[in-house]
Amino acid sequence: MKLKGVYIAFFAIISGFLAGCELLVLDPKGPQADKLANVIWISIITMIVVTIVVLVMLTIILFKYRASKQDPDYKPPHIEGNKYVEIIIVGVPILIVAFLSVVSVISVHQVETAPEGYETDEPLVIYASSSNWKWHFSYPEQDIETVNYVFIPTNQNVEFRLYSHGTISSFWIPQLAGQKYAMSDMTNYLNIVAEEPGEYFGRNANFNGEGFAENEFNVTALPADEFDSWIEDIQNTAEPLTEEKFEELLEPGHLGHMTFTGTHQDFMPAPEGENSPHNHGKSDSEDDSGHPH
Amino acid sequence: MDFSDRFSIPPHDDPMLYASIVAIVLTSIAIVVGVTYFKKWGYLWNNWLTTVDHKRIGIMYIISALLMLFRGGADAVMMRLQTAVPDNTFLDAQHYNEVFTTHGVVMIFFMAMAFIIGMMNFVVPLQIGARDVAFPRLNALSFWLYFTGAMLLNLSFVVGGSPDAGWTNYYPMAGPEFSQHVGVNYYNWALQISGIGTLMTGINFIATIIKMRAPGMKLMKMPIFIWAALITNLMIVLAFPVLTIALLMGTLDRQFLTNFFTTSDGGMDMMWANLFWVWGHPEVYILIIPAFGIYSTIIAAFSERNLYGYTSMVASILAISALSFLVWVHHFFTMGQGALTNSIFSITTMLIAVPTGIKIFNWLLTMWKGKIRFATPMLYSIAFIPLFTIGGSTGVMLGMASADYQYHNTLFLVAHFHNVIIPGVVFAMIAGLIFYWPKMFGFMLNERIGKWAFWNITIGFCLAFFPMYFTGLNGQARRMYTYSEATGFSTLSMISFIGTLLLAVGFVFLVYNIFYSYRHAPRNIGGDPWNARTLEWATHSPVPEYNFAISPTVHSEEAFWDYKENDYELFKGKVEDIHMPNNSGWSIIFAGFFFAFGFFFIFHVWVGVIIAFLGIIGCLIYRSFEKDDGHHIHKEEIEATEKELGGAK
Ligand code: HEM
Ligand SMILES: [Cu+2]
Repeated sequence: MKLKGVYIAFFAIISGFLAGCELLVLDPKGPQADKLANVIWISIITMIVVTIVVLVMLTIILFKYRASKQDPDYKPPHIEGNKYVEIIIVGVPILIVAFLSVVSVISVHQVETAPEGYETDEPLVIYASSSNWKWHFSYPEQDIETVNYVFIPTNQNVEFRLYSHGTISSFWIPQLAGQKYAMSDMTNYLNIVAEEPGEYFGRNANFNGEGFAENEFNVTALPADEFDSWIEDIQNTAEPLTEEKFEELLEPGHLGHMTFTGTHQDFMPAPEGENSPHNHGKSDSEDDSGHPH
Repeated sequence: MDFSDRFSIPPHDDPMLYASIVAIVLTSIAIVVGVTYFKKWGYLWNNWLTTVDHKRIGIMYIISALLMLFRGGADAVMMRLQTAVPDNTFLDAQHYNEVFTTHGVVMIFFMAMAFIIGMMNFVVPLQIGARDVAFPRLNALSFWLYFTGAMLLNLSFVVGGSPDAGWTNYYPMAGPEFSQHVGVNYYNWALQISGIGTLMTGINFIATIIKMRAPGMKLMKMPIFIWAALITNLMIVLAFPVLTIALLMGTLDRQFLTNFFTTSDGGMDMMWANLFWVWGHPEVYILIIPAFGIYSTIIAAFSERNLYGYTSMVASILAISALSFLVWVHHFFTMGQGALTNSIFSITTMLIAVPTGIKIFNWLLTMWKGKIRFATPMLYSIAFIPLFTIGGSTGVMLGMASADYQYHNTLFLVAHFHNVIIPGVVFAMIAGLIFYWPKMFGFMLNERIGKWAFWNITIGFCLAFFPMYFTGLNGQARRMYTYSEATGFSTLSMISFIGTLLLAVGFVFLVYNIFYSYRHAPRNIGGDPWNARTLEWATHSPVPEYNFAISPTVHSEEAFWDYKENDYELFKGKVEDIHMPNNSGWSIIFAGFFFAFGFFFIFHVWVGVIIAFLGIIGCLIYRSFEKDDGHHIHKEEIEATEKELGGAK
């Protein structure tokens, strides 16, 4: 049968690829991305089993019941359905979905909070805000700001606070964690830990206009002491960020890597807490401050 | 931007645009000259443009859908050509953005929707043994409003500029601050106008199916496609008003500077995403449920078996349609609504796999103990089963909220939805078209050429889309007009481009087959060339205007099969005068005013808007006072026709 050959070839190719390639998402360098890679593998394997079962059933049926193989007088029977068969075809999918739901619910709670082993640490806070088509990283504690690149210490929980100066963008470092949106009227929180020093690729994944394709940034993870000396370096050498300068940076376009002392949080704070545009007074400000750490 | 800039023809200085303008003008002239030369204006006007016959309206929908398939297909080839090699400069970013936006809009609204509505138009009245839909004039208006929307959107390519914010059109990117040219106005008005048509179709078909079934056809004796059509139209009526309102809010933001979705003054961009997907997820099921109905019909016919588990098939359609309104958040798990919300929507999303799984097993069990014939409609249906299983499986993977943080906005997602929409909806529509072709036109399409098309399309599909699962997992975001060599996407992208070309070749075979068969295929094929099971095969091919000389009486969901195999008497009674609705030019004129209204609104030409609006009101007033009692086809006339076609049916 032609069909069967084609299907077998597909599956050979697919499994070959999955086994052989180093796909970014399946090559995690931190606990959050690692968790997600595991979830992805669990679902891939489950779904491959499902697909193979369907394929095998289909192939057998096509072989056995094709007209060319049958007596020309054969009259297929009228079959309404069968209680037991129906219990199986409802029951099995329910079991599979139940299993995957448990995995999904547990893992989504895990990646929405600080990774295991880092819960008690005070996180390093970095504001990552997007403008067409750049990323601005403010380090409020260290009082510095970078554009289109970010340095983080390894083995330390970093809390990225995400928002946008305009269009919706999606902050994504595939080897460290999944995406989260950066929007103009709400701040989102993303916990990231890098467990290996190195350079990582980050980008905006959500289409936001003409400069979208190049809307990337660089992540460098360094051991804590090197990170500290990097900070010190910048505090000593970089120019201060003024409000006029920042307005200029917000103009649509592309910029290379840039470094400043001071952050734009001082004059243009993130939309969180009392600065949230949907904060209508004290009573409902709780929704905004009750974010997970 | 000043006024004349907005109007610019063409919107960019680009040889390709000039070329397409020339092509459009030449084609239009050729059509006008051709029709005049062959003296076909009268024929065109009397038999097609003014028709209220559900079969002809269905065929017009399908022809438009095929044209849009080629428009959208050309976009697709351009996109994959641009991304076939790294750092390509065939299209620049702005062009690429316009191309993928129109591709999505055209394919979903003007190709897929038109195809399923066309198919329902042709099949539903025949399959329930009726003479037409409940409101034939309204049906014609639905078509012309859809057509108006499609023309408006296509016009944007040459006048003013196409929308460029993606088919999802997220604000604030689509708002007045970030998108200043008229592209998104076109989006709003083209979808608004065709959406009104779709909503009217929904109401019309619900009424038709509820009120006009043949005697004896109780709800649980309706063929499965009728169930699919009923549920689909209920979903249309529930979902489309949300889109209508969202588009209206977008229009107000863009053209009257309100702040529904803006970043300032209390506007909320997240609101658009919610409204869009509250409509958008049901929409994808509006597309797939009729396709399921077609597959059920075809698989039963070519297995020579009744549909296995009819009751559970009906129940699963109901379950899918209900669940599909409860899952929209899965399109933005990454918006930051927290773990609890995401968990709930993750579970509802994956639950859809249960009724879908039931359907897959029922199709397999329908073939079991059958007598399977591999005609082209069946080939598409067979290929659908494993391919859709893969697409559904990746859907479940996307439905796992945590993992979706890694798939969202990547080519993995693009692979998923093409994997469900192409083998799901497009294959079904091609299979349905081949299956119903003899009913529509009285001759069959060539099987050999059909199989060439099938293999090209199927293999092309796999080559084009499976690589995207991998580049997606490798970090390739969707909607990027180019990428660098260093990313490592190039080999797989090239494979994908080759697959796209195979798909295109397959579609060329499909069209060639129509020309070939028109010239060479034998006529006089009888009413039932496939040995099928449902009522539409009990009348002649092509179907006479009145569908059935005598209304059939039904006692099961496969009344025609029982008539053939079990001596069931289908046509009780005798030929009588038949009352039919009159043709009318009103619908096309009405839609013409809508076209003007939309066009002037897009460009803020208020005088034009007012005049067109008065025209619309005038049409409504005229219609309210018009007396149109239809006409009768007399008994003698029917008997003569039936005799000529071969026996009373
Ligand atoms: C078992 C069934 C299915 C499940 C669990 C499922 C799940 C999903 C999920 C979770 C997404 C969002 C992913 C993201 O944006 O990150 C998605 C996207 C999509 N799905 Fe499905 N899906 C299923 C079947 C279908 C079917 C049958 C169709 C169409 C006929 C379809 C069409 C789409 C489309 C068009 C999108 C993407 C829209 C866009 O962002 O442009 N899906 N699906
Ligand atoms: Cu959805």
